[in-house]
Amino acid sequence: MQSAEGVSGASRLPRYRIRWNAEPMVAWGFLAPTLLLLVLLAVYPLCYALYLSMTTTQVGVPGRFVGPANFIRLPRTEIFSLTLWNTVWYTAVAVFAKLVLGLTLALVLAQRVPGMKWIRGAVLVPWVAPIALSVLAWTWMFDSTYSVFNWVLMRLHLISAPVAWLGVPILARFAVVLVNVWAGLPFFAMTFLAGLVTIPRELYEAATVDGVGALGQFRRLTLPLLRPVLATVVLFSVVMTSSDFATIFVLTHGGPMNTTQVLATLAYRLGLATGDLGNGAAISLYLFPILIAVTAIQARLMRRSWQW
Amino acid sequence: MVGSSARRAILAYAGAAPFVVFALFPFVWMLITSVKKDAELYDLAQNPFLARTGITWEHYRFLFEHTAFPLWLRNSALVAVSSTAASVVLALLAAYALARMRFRYAEGVSTFIFVVYLMPTTLLFLPLARLVSLLHIANTLWSLIVTYPAFMVPFITWMLAAYLAAIPKDLEESALVDGCTRLGALRRIVLPLARPGIITATLFGFTLAWSEFIYALTFISTTSLKTVTAGVVVDLIRGDIFYWGSLMAGALTASLPVVVLFSLFLDHYVSGLTAGAVKG
Repeated sequence: MQSAEGVSGASRLPRYRIRWNAEPMVAWGFLAPTLLLLVLLAVYPLCYALYLSMTTTQVGVPGRFVGPANFIRLPRTEIFSLTLWNTVWYTAVAVFAKLVLGLTLALVLAQRVPGMKWIRGAVLVPWVAPIALSVLAWTWMFDSTYSVFNWVLMRLHLISAPVAWLGVPILARFAVVLVNVWAGLPFFAMTFLAGLVTIPRELYEAATVDGVGALGQFRRLTLPLLRPVLATVVLFSVVMTSSDFATIFVLTHGGPMNTTQVLATLAYRLGLATGDLGNGAAISLYLFPILIAVTAIQARLMRRSWQW
Repeated sequence: MVGSSARRAILAYAGAAPFVVFALFPFVWMLITSVKKDAELYDLAQNPFLARTGITWEHYRFLFEHTAFPLWLRNSALVAVSSTAASVVLALLAAYALARMRFRYAEGVSTFIFVVYLMPTTLLFLPLARLVSLLHIANTLWSLIVTYPAFMVPFITWMLAAYLAAIPKDLEESALVDGCTRLGALRRIVLPLARPGIITATLFGFTLAWSEFIYALTFISTTSLKTVTAGVVVDLIRGDIFYWGSLMAGALTASLPVVVLFSLFLDHYVSGLTAGAVKG
């Protein structure tokens, strides 16, 4: 682009040369509204959160500056250390399950059979529908009295009494992960599918000629070639899953006894329900290191495909 | 030979079936619950999959006549349409600059936009709640119209930049050489060529805005000003009593607009999802 414009520009009017020099100005002009918006609504709030987290601010009461005291005190409280552990567990288990199931689903969706387009559409619906509302349906399906799962399991004589899915800590933890996997699976599967279709078919044909079986092809061809896509999706999902709010807020409110409480729901409860803005901000900022780590890794991974 | 391809198809369908059931069951369950009479809904002796006493529209009627649900739908539409429109315009300008122009710190700017794109809304809702009250727009639809672009613009910019970069530059360059301004080239040359990408970006933006939950929950407290996600989840539950028939009717009705859009523009969604994800 540069050389083409340079050549044609030289043979033309000086007017053109002026515009070429003005290009950075135009570019900044195009970017200005976006940058202004993001500074006002993302950078400033982040700095403000950092400031709040170092004070004892309550709603309506200006607080005292206490430095990093909130960050140091929080991990010593029982509720926060439980919440932090829950967040790690929730993220690790849900991302792993989405990875395995997403890969399986992508392999199924990659089959060229009639009607696959509609199957792809159907499995994408959970990703399109508003998550807060579809989780409401899961809340109803896990209802302690009217759960459809209880009805089916009792009919099959697998359980003898109704199970309180959202009332027993271990089951509630399982339930929130299940619902997160349900909502996140389409994104994993479709992205993996996009990666799968870029792998040249000749590679598989050559492998077949060489007598490599289906499992061997998957292990030695599909997985290595898919690795960049797998890494990107997993990193992205770590950010999204660790900061998930709607699933847990709607399904369990963090209960029973805070066993499904995650950073986002605890920050909401402290910051808004009880008005403790200082600690609320500090809790949500515990998500920030994850964001930084993921961005750093991602930036390194993408360096090569960076230029548009 | 025929046998082998038929077997392959059957295997593929058998593999897909559990996933399809898993994905769609909650929506089927919303539908079944929303058309059943309360007496049957809360009768444990009945088969929950059937509606033996006939179907009823009572829950839908209650929702539309005795709750603020129609207002919530209107609010959601207002917020989603205006924030999407604003975001697409801003993002298109930014994406064009990133995809086509050369200037110093271009890589820094795209890294910055990428980081903001990754920044979860749950990290920012507390300080933003303070910011909207400082701006005197707390508890108004403006609080959402103004803040939604903060997460939509980075995402749409990222998507459109990838899309614009794939469009050949020749036409635009000859227009520039012929004395067209950058804005003119963007409007007359790039815009028509980028239409599929812009449609995809608009659909994604609308879907994101329509589904947004935590800001809507945090910034707005008056029932009649809520959007449909926060309204159904918070205000349809009175006390400790759940009206599951109406709740499921509300959840299903409010999911419908985006699901219908999705089925109409399936290819756009699929291409957008893959383009957006490969890049970010």
